[in-house]
Amino acid sequence: MEALDFALGLFDILLVFLVLSLAWLVMSSEDLFRAIVLFVAFGLLMALVWVRLEAPDIALAEAAIGAGLTGALMMAALDRLSSVKPIQKVAASAQRKQLSLSSKVLPLIALVLIVLGLGYALLSLPEIADGLTPNVKENMAQSGVKNPVTAVLLNFRGYDTLLEMVVLLLALLSVWSLGGERKLSPRSTNPILGSLCRVLVPVLILVSCYLLWVGADAPGGAFQAGSVLGAAGVLLLLSGWHVEQKYLLWPLRFILILGSGVFIIMAAVLLLIQGGLLTYPVAQAGWMILLLESAATLSIGATLAALFLGGVPKSRVDQ
Amino acid sequence: MNSPMIYALLGITLFSVGLYGLIVREHLLRKILALNIMGSGIFLMLVALGKRSAGELPDPVPHAMVITGIVVAVSATALALTLMLKLVEASGSAVLHDAPKDRS
Repeated sequence: MEALDFALGLFDILLVFLVLSLAWLVMSSEDLFRAIVLFVAFGLLMALVWVRLEAPDIALAEAAIGAGLTGALMMAALDRLSSVKPIQKVAASAQRKQLSLSSKVLPLIALVLIVLGLGYALLSLPEIADGLTPNVKENMAQSGVKNPVTAVLLNFRGYDTLLEMVVLLLALLSVWSLGGERKLSPRSTNPILGSLCRVLVPVLILVSCYLLWVGADAPGGAFQAGSVLGAAGVLLLLSGWHVEQKYLLWPLRFILILGSGVFIIMAAVLLLIQGGLLTYPVAQAGWMILLLESAATLSIGATLAALFLGGVPKSRVDQ
Repeated sequence: MNSPMIYALLGITLFSVGLYGLIVREHLLRKILALNIMGSGIFLMLVALGKRSAGELPDPVPHAMVITGIVVAVSATALALTLMLKLVEASGSAVLHDAPKDRS
């Protein structure tokens, strides 16, 4: 046992060192493309950190979003940036030279002070604090699920998740109102991307369904399932998936608001029957949560893929 | 010092590295990357502190909050990137300028 603890301790130190140096490299490397690639690596290592902190639910979400979707969003933005103005990179590096030494050193000193202050505050906290664990444990029997994280997300603090669905919708609405119309990309001629897509997308959809179902008893749930579905959507968009215009109007909008809609209807009905927002009757809690999660998964997946497109989707006219 | 504390300290260091990048680097894409790193630091600190519970399992409430936070962060990032592209379209530069007269 001791040898294992020692090895894990060494692993912790190595992981901390790697994450920290990657974060520094993301900030300091000159090339933006390299910075984004390093950021994706940073996200993958963060997923490992979550595993070490016994947070497999977060590790799943981080691996799909932090390492995957955020990187894809940044890459797409960088690509569009170069097509908007190619001489832009030169302008940025020319301007960096004007930055004086003091304007680099002073923030560094201030930040070292912040780290020291926060570190002192952190180390002076009590070693053991139970937080809300006892409350969660006490009410688990009535939650309708066995995974405590899902119980918190969909039951005890269900209104957080409701508002989060609205936040996602608002972000997409803002992107749509700023981004204008964007045509779906033309069919990719890359044979590797095409065959990868044909194999991966069904697997991703299956994984997403599994995560959604298993979320009641084990790590998983609507957010992880939704992000995997979103990743499948991004892959389809990249390979030039053809969707007819009629499906991009009402059917797409219906899926996008499905999550928030079902949530709000459920909350309103329960408010009238039970007298409390999202207070499920104990016997029915299980399937009600599954229903909410299924709707949320579809909406999250569609919203993330639509965010990647960065504008109101418009079907391209095929030959 | 136990391992949750090491990760909590890593969290505040990541936050500061991100904050440093946010202040010093000019390119807006870099600033968005910096905000994401700051967010990761905050999430890390939250979860690491939730692991101090005496029981076998860590506190699930910070876990749920962080999962929510990660999804909000990615949607905010998408919005920020769209705003950046809009700014580049309008001003021709992906760098924020101090005074209006600097605008080319």
